[in-house]
Amino acid sequence: MSVLVFLEQNDGKFHRMSWEALAAASELGGSVYGVTIGDAGEAASKPMASLHTIQDPLLADYSADGFTAALEQLIRAKNPRFVVFPHTYQVRDFAPKLATRFGRPLLSDVVKLRADGVVRQLFQGKLNAEFSFPADGPIFVSVQAGSYRGDGLAAGEPAVEPFAVNIDASTIRAKSEVPFRESARAVDLTAADIIVSVGRGIKEQENIPIVEELAAALGGEIAASRPICDNGWLPMERQVGSSGQTVAPKVYIAVGISGAIQHQVGMKGSKAIVAINKDADAPIFEIADYGIVGDLFEVVPALTEAVKKLRRA
Amino acid sequence: MKILVALKQVPSRDSALRLNAAASWIDDADLTYEINEPDAYALEAALQLKEQHGGEVVVLCAGPEGAASSVREALAKGADRAIHIEQDGLEALDTLALSALLANVAREESPDLILTGLQSDDLGSGQTGVVMAELMGLPHGTIVMAIEKLDGAIRVKRELEDGWFQHVALPLPAVLTIQSGINKLRYATLMGIKKAKTKELRVVSGTAPASQVLCTKVFLPSRAKQTQIIEGDARTAAAALAEKLKFEVRVI
Repeated sequence: MSVLVFLEQNDGKFHRMSWEALAAASELGGSVYGVTIGDAGEAASKPMASLHTIQDPLLADYSADGFTAALEQLIRAKNPRFVVFPHTYQVRDFAPKLATRFGRPLLSDVVKLRADGVVRQLFQGKLNAEFSFPADGPIFVSVQAGSYRGDGLAAGEPAVEPFAVNIDASTIRAKSEVPFRESARAVDLTAADIIVSVGRGIKEQENIPIVEELAAALGGEIAASRPICDNGWLPMERQVGSSGQTVAPKVYIAVGISGAIQHQVGMKGSKAIVAINKDADAPIFEIADYGIVGDLFEVVPALTEAVKKLRRA
Repeated sequence: MKILVALKQVPSRDSALRLNAAASWIDDADLTYEINEPDAYALEAALQLKEQHGGEVVVLCAGPEGAASSVREALAKGADRAIHIEQDGLEALDTLALSALLANVAREESPDLILTGLQSDDLGSGQTGVVMAELMGLPHGTIVMAIEKLDGAIRVKRELEDGWFQHVALPLPAVLTIQSGINKLRYATLMGIKKAKTKELRVVSGTAPASQVLCTKVFLPSRAKQTQIIEGDARTAAAALAEKLKFEVRVI
């Protein structure tokens, strides 16, 4: 059984989730080989039988049309049983298209990959489900951030084999401009030891100060889940999650945050996680070390007072 | 510009979910439903494009009979007409089959632009728009934050990871998947609700290929960690938590 892993890179810098996808692929127990669009770079020392590098001027800038065409050619030539991707934003943009080329559905954002099935989360992490797939390949799968550890891979010496592709410039329909950031990021949440993060449970902008007061009492930074920043209640630079910052403080206090997958991937590496939420079934409690099931409008001010009292003691 | 909005009805965000007796899916008794949140933003984006450039907004929804309430809500908000592919048990379709079901109907409409949410809050596969685009031979843009109409083309702002963005121009017709929070959702007005009753809502039956991926079991996630749930009233629990932050987590 052969397993092809897509290793995402941006100008030579590999996406850390690429190694997580490689770890997931390695557990399948087949012969694992990689593909990257660009130079072999760091991937040349990862545990794989071989590594295909694809280089073409038309692939220098990402496009769904270009990447799909290139990978389609490799997959048709090699005929792997599995094609494993990291579930990154780039993969979300082209992998469903690539799988469709082969008349296959993509099993996206899986948390567990086995040779005979996968586990996916449903309802924003409230439920899990197992899925089966056909016995013949290729099976296309993308792996959720943080589901496998990418930092414990053994060293390897894959044979690096350039794979020549043939891409017609006229088939690339999107015209991409240079990526940009809205503004220099003034707040570096990744450096904070203590983060107090607020979610939809806060209900209104005028309630934000009760969480700010807790953060101030603890000497920590305030952060938020996406909807809070979308509403403009806190600036975008304070957003934690797949579209914001990824943090791992000593303690992460999640206030009124249900813990949707997109939020969890940005904070589940925290040393300690505290959840304060009125819904005992909220997914955030699955990853919390400490939890209070209750009304945040009562619990948070009481916690601020208790923290102040301990500080004075 | 003719804009097709593919939207889905999902259980309301705060629903308490229970498994059915066979543990094959959720128990749908007592559930309330709403328009999938990213799809609601896709609808709003379509309505705003129509207000700026004229044209027509057509809603396409696949779902059981009960999904008609979400379709009517979209009409009340300002969509011009709707197509409801009425079918039960769509949760059993894989991403390819479901996208084909929608694409087969969307194709007949020949829209200039198809908008849908970047993912659904229930199944969360995040693929419908991209797969529809491929099946229909159209270019696509995903995780779209802003849309600007050009002559025969469209320029969108895409969200990349880690605070990065990118502008991408696509020739029309095209498919876009919309990120939540990119605009302010409107409410249906009383006038809108009244008018919706006279708008065309066509119920059709769809065709989809057989699913290759099958759900074999649904289960509650096990806790990754041993969570200490701190009991007591707010004041007692908060005081106990503060002690733990000081002596166990050591951050005070």
